[in-house]
Amino acid sequence: MSLTRQDVEKVALLAKLKFDDDQLDRMTDHMIQIVEYVEKLSELNTQDVEPMAHALDIYNALAEDEPRPGLTREAALGNAPKSDEEYFRVPAVLGE
Amino acid sequence: MSIINKTATEQLALLQSREITSVALTQAYLDRINQVDPAVGAFLRVESDTALTQAAEVDRKREAGESLGKLAGLPIAIKDILCTQNTPTTCGSKMLENFVPPYNATVVEKLFSADAVILGRTNMDEFAMGSSTENSAYHPTQNPWDTSRIPGGSSGGAAACIAADMAPLSIGTDTGGSIRQPAALCGCVGLKPTYGRVSRYGLIAFASSLDQIGPLARTVEDTALLMEVLAGHDSLDSTSVDTPVPPYSETVHQPLQNLRLGVVEQHFGKGIDPEIEGAVKQAIATYQSLGATIKNLEMPHADYGIATYYIIAPCEASSNLARYDGAHYGYRADQAEVAAELAEDGSDEGPLVRMYRKTRSEGFGSEVQRRIMLGTYALSEGYYDAFYLKALKVRRLIRQDYDNAFEQVDLIIGPVTANPAFVKGEKTSDPMTMYLEDLYTVTANLAGVAGISLPCGLTKNGLPIGLQLQAAAFQEEKLLRAAQMFQHATDFHLRRPELL
Amino acid sequence: MNETPYEIVIGLEVHVQLKTNTKLFCRCSTKFGNPPNTQTCPVCLGLPGALPVMNKKAYFLGMKTALALNCSIPKFTKWDRKNYFYPDLPKGYQTSQFDLPMSEEGYLDIKSTNDEFEPRRVRIIRAHLEEDAGKSIHDEAAGKGDSRIDLNRTGTPLLEIVSYPDMRNAAEAKTYMQELRLLLTYLDVSDCNMQEGSLRCDANVNLHIPADNGVIATPIVEIKNMNSFRSVERGIAYEAKRQYNVWQETGKVLGELPKQTRGWDDSAQVTRAQREKEESADYRYFPCPDLVPVIVTDQQIEEVGRDIGELPAALRERLETEFGLTTYTSDVIVNQGRGLVDYFLELAEASGDNKLAGNWVQGEVLRILNEQEISIDTFKLSAAQLAEMLKLIQSGDLDSSKAKDVLAVMLDSGKSAAEIVKELGIEKVDEGDLEDLCKMLVERNPRVVDDVRGGNEKAVGALIGQAKKENPNVNPGQVRQICLNIINDI
Repeated sequence: MSLTRQDVEKVALLAKLKFDDDQLDRMTDHMIQIVEYVEKLSELNTQDVEPMAHALDIYNALAEDEPRPGLTREAALGNAPKSDEEYFRVPAVLGE
Repeated sequence: MSIINKTATEQLALLQSREITSVALTQAYLDRINQVDPAVGAFLRVESDTALTQAAEVDRKREAGESLGKLAGLPIAIKDILCTQNTPTTCGSKMLENFVPPYNATVVEKLFSADAVILGRTNMDEFAMGSSTENSAYHPTQNPWDTSRIPGGSSGGAAACIAADMAPLSIGTDTGGSIRQPAALCGCVGLKPTYGRVSRYGLIAFASSLDQIGPLARTVEDTALLMEVLAGHDSLDSTSVDTPVPPYSETVHQPLQNLRLGVVEQHFGKGIDPEIEGAVKQAIATYQSLGATIKNLEMPHADYGIATYYIIAPCEASSNLARYDGAHYGYRADQAEVAAELAEDGSDEGPLVRMYRKTRSEGFGSEVQRRIMLGTYALSEGYYDAFYLKALKVRRLIRQDYDNAFEQVDLIIGPVTANPAFVKGEKTSDPMTMYLEDLYTVTANLAGVAGISLPCGLTKNGLPIGLQLQAAAFQEEKLLRAAQMFQHATDFHLRRPELL
Repeated sequence: MNETPYEIVIGLEVHVQLKTNTKLFCRCSTKFGNPPNTQTCPVCLGLPGALPVMNKKAYFLGMKTALALNCSIPKFTKWDRKNYFYPDLPKGYQTSQFDLPMSEEGYLDIKSTNDEFEPRRVRIIRAHLEEDAGKSIHDEAAGKGDSRIDLNRTGTPLLEIVSYPDMRNAAEAKTYMQELRLLLTYLDVSDCNMQEGSLRCDANVNLHIPADNGVIATPIVEIKNMNSFRSVERGIAYEAKRQYNVWQETGKVLGELPKQTRGWDDSAQVTRAQREKEESADYRYFPCPDLVPVIVTDQQIEEVGRDIGELPAALRERLETEFGLTTYTSDVIVNQGRGLVDYFLELAEASGDNKLAGNWVQGEVLRILNEQEISIDTFKLSAAQLAEMLKLIQSGDLDSSKAKDVLAVMLDSGKSAAEIVKELGIEKVDEGDLEDLCKMLVERNPRVVDDVRGGNEKAVGALIGQAKKENPNVNPGQVRQICLNIINDI
């Protein structure tokens, strides 16, 4: 599968990134190069192989339903780029 | 001989016998940092005031006869990736330039409980993505052995500060080789523990199923000392494993009998620097002289490690780094600029989405953006099976290679890198050649096993060469004991760069 | 049922907030209504480095619900990330379950209480666990001001119950929701408060329109924001008409348009198109590397199953067959919740008269509860106290019309039925005395006798009135019967 500039633009939208024309060209080149390399995995027959999402086979890490103190509102909002005394503030979702 | 030329273990003994104070030791390191770090750039921030306060507190406790932790009074440097309450933690990124965590990473808590003295935060590739520490948003780090060269990465600052005697101990993280590779290029010891051995709580995630925190130090003995403090189960990390922590610092001196070492043919294939090949083969001979037997191993999927890694790690990263969108913390693009941009290009995507995109494009460096793009692409509709799912399956095959290997041998021995430290800027324009730096190290992360890098020689140009030992899951004790056998028999770990 | 030229096809996705003390992946409180951003921690704020740990209780409440919905529980389940950007989702992904949910393939039976539709089995595709998002408060003038974000709710455990598109009209959908809510209430797994958002419903709706060459399906629309049973019914009914009109205008069928999302506007009683996301939804699901899978044993599943208790359908059946209640009465009692059922069972046992107990619970008790807007838990009268009164009715010491007055006084005063009967001067009249009274009245009223014998039995009513004047404690039914007997014997 060959990756096009349009594909890369679409991926950028999904990833919430934005490139100018030069950046888009460079990104496309790099991604094509990397994708070509990783496609070497298709050489391997993996038909009956179980996928491995975790490094170790561990299960059932469950915690009891007991409340623990969290953060004060001041601490929760402390790193916010924009906030009022109560809320995080973000630009409106919709345009005008 | 200055106090800072001694090992951490020796310094600890001096502290315990009250021949030195922690304040004096800490001050000696702060002086050294002042002296050499302008040339090395290992630190992002030196926390002199809090370090001296902590040191004075440890001295007071010792004076008062209070109980003390295992690292009481020993200075330590921390990679700038572990959240520390009320202390800036940037992950080498502009995105987190002003981020001050309201909580401590579990490992940071453990260091506090051990009464360690935190000297400061070390430089790294942004979000741990890189092999040269050139991807730091702040400044590059120079290799103390040759400041025109890179120290490796992503824990480049963590390794360089050890190599330049700016700290006796340091903490790094390893997702594909980020502890072992810089340790090898800087001539120090670096351990990547088994996945699940050290809590990841508070470690700013790059690729969650691969990331692991580990110790760096000048000697194996010091590495064992620090590892003993870091290891252990944590109920805040679901992937942390509840299995006993051996007293590494006590057992490290016990040589292993009938040690069986495995050698993987692909590790000595084309592309390896002859000097490195020579030094590693010499190290293998050293082990043989210590009674070890050598077995050639088949690891048929070793060559697929990089391809597998560069699918899985970016996929996880694309999701892990979605939280950096300017909404709740970290960098946010200027709202007026966002509005002006929208007005100019007449896009209908709305101020919120444009804020996200502008924030992320301005806040992340190009390597981070590249990996987010790769991961987003590999997980997207129509490509998931061919890339992500395929990589998970090959990961299983790589793990099975390891399982088979460890049925036959105790440890796998080989190189850490194919080449010694390269010149700055040499690989920045070509991401793929940079990615191949991790050739010998990524498979341990994919399989979740433990690996250690230790010095085994210098090139003719005086650049360090690393030896890698890998062990089955939770066999860090074996790894450390075998590494100590080598250091006991050789003196590569005693060589220091001539800086200033 | 109105005959329509189409069939509505409805599938529901219901989100249930589970009744836990803490969130799904951290130990912050889930309490509703606290000031904004006062129930957060590094985990639910999505701070760098924070890691999730699964709430054990949430998992088992989910399993309990799934079992009650007749779902099977796979031995292995895992958690996945659903990736999308939104300010009330601070991690940039929602932790949910994708291909291996914790339960699958169940059903819920529904039936109409007023014959609006035939009984139906609605099949369940799956019920899976996921975390709730926070709340965004948008400025009225969209695009002008900032949106405000409250993350208190972020990470609250949700069970998403997804039905097959098995429902065929709005009334079925409403009944499904009501029956599901009742089931959840019996299980005590959720507060089920639709106003507070602890029970939420999205509907996937389209039409099947008969045509010459088979059936035409209209494009599927997902309706959101239906926050009451009534809005579920009205939203779907509205949407069906709208889709039919649109189809008549445009002729667009399934597959020709992407799935649309519309919000129900309760004040305007219409559905409105929601703005399409700028990219086609591509959530890039993948296994969450920070959470490990859960493996359950048969024994654990059995244990949870034993804890379920008797469910509404079984209870209705039992009240009808074992207690002889009418379908209507058992429906009314069971649909009020487990509390009223228990009250009935206790009352039936203590009074020894199932039907009488059923009628009183379904009638007067429920009327008072509704009037006072309280639940049976806070009803002042215990089943034992009420049983005492029912016994007086059974023995004929108290007639039904007076019993209501007695009940009212019992509620006010807290005194026993017997005491009140005495205080009100309600006394059983001696049968001999009653006989004498009736004889006297018959003798005194020859015209009534003539009327009755002429076939007008109602005329005897005049004698009952006179009897009450003579002695207020007489039982009108008894007077009537005795008088008729005397007249017939003449």
